[in-house]
Amino acid sequence: MNANWAAENLQTIRTLMERATVYRRALAPLMTFSGVVGIAAAAVGEAKHIHDSQTFARYWMVVSLVAFGGVMLLIRRQALRDGEPFWSGPTRRVTQAVAPAFAAGMIAGVVFAWKVDGVEWTPFLPIIWVLCYGCALHSAGFFIPRGVRLLGWLFVLGGGGALLTILGRDWLSPRLSQPLMGGFFGVLQLGYGGYLYVTERRRSQA
Amino acid sequence: MNPEPYINLDRVIHEKGRLFIMSLLAAAPELSFTELRDTLAMTDGNLTTHIRTLQEAGYVAVTKSYQNNRSHTSCALTPAGRKAFADHINALEAIVRQNKPQ
Repeated sequence: MNANWAAENLQTIRTLMERATVYRRALAPLMTFSGVVGIAAAAVGEAKHIHDSQTFARYWMVVSLVAFGGVMLLIRRQALRDGEPFWSGPTRRVTQAVAPAFAAGMIAGVVFAWKVDGVEWTPFLPIIWVLCYGCALHSAGFFIPRGVRLLGWLFVLGGGGALLTILGRDWLSPRLSQPLMGGFFGVLQLGYGGYLYVTERRRSQA
Repeated sequence: MNPEPYINLDRVIHEKGRLFIMSLLAAAPELSFTELRDTLAMTDGNLTTHIRTLQEAGYVAVTKSYQNNRSHTSCALTPAGRKAFADHINALEAIVRQNKPQ
C-alpha cells in the first residue's frame, strides 16, 4: 500500500463520480426524430407560405411542442427499457442546464407571436432560436459527451453567420425563415443523428 | 511515517468493487441497480453481494419499488455512508500528501 496506490484510487473515484453525472440516454433517435420533424415542418411552412412573423412564431412554437413531446416519449421508452427512472439525476441536470436558453427562446417566440407585426422581422426569429438552441446544447454538453458541445458551437456560429448575412443586405426576405429553420433544426440535427447512429452502434459493438 | 491515515482507511470501502459503488453513489442522489451494474460492468451477483455488504455496514440504503409492473431497485448513500466515504477520501489524500517528496 503506497502513495501511488492512494493517488490511483483517488483518480478512479474522481472518474467514477464524473461518470455518475453523465446523461446516458441514446441521443441518435432523439436527434433523428427532431431533424425529421424540423425538415417536415419547414417544408409544410414553405408550402403554406407561412412567412408573416406572428403566424410563423405560432406555427413553430406548436412544432416545437410536438417535437418536445415526441422526444420525451422516446426518452421515457429508453428509460423503461433500461429499467431506470425517467426523471433521473442526469436528466434533471441536463434539464436545468438547458432551461435558461430554452426560456429565452420561448420568450422571443411569444414576443414575435403577439407583439411583432409584418414580414420583415420574421428572419430574425429563427436566428434567435438557433442562437438560443446552440447555447442550450453547449450547456447540456457538460453532462452529455459525444460532441454535443461542438454541435452547440455549430448552431451559435451558424446563427451568428446568418445574422451577419441578413444584416448586410438592404432588404430582408421573409422567405429565408423556413429554410433557416429547416436547415438548422432539420438538416443539421438529422445529420448529427446519423453520425450518432454510426458511432453509438460502433460503441455498443466494442 | 505516520500510520494514522492507513488506520483511518475504511475496511468496508477499501475493497475495489465497493469503493467504485460508493464513488458513483457519492455523486448522485440515487442510482438504480441497472445504472450501477452497467456503469461498473459488474455481474448481477457480484453487485448484489457488494451492495449487501455496504447495506449491512449501514452505508447504503436500498429501495425496492414497482414502476409500470417492473421491479425497480435503487441505491443511495446513507448519511453514515457519506461520512465514511468522505473520511476514506481524506485518509487517501493524507497518504498521498505524506509520501510526496519534499
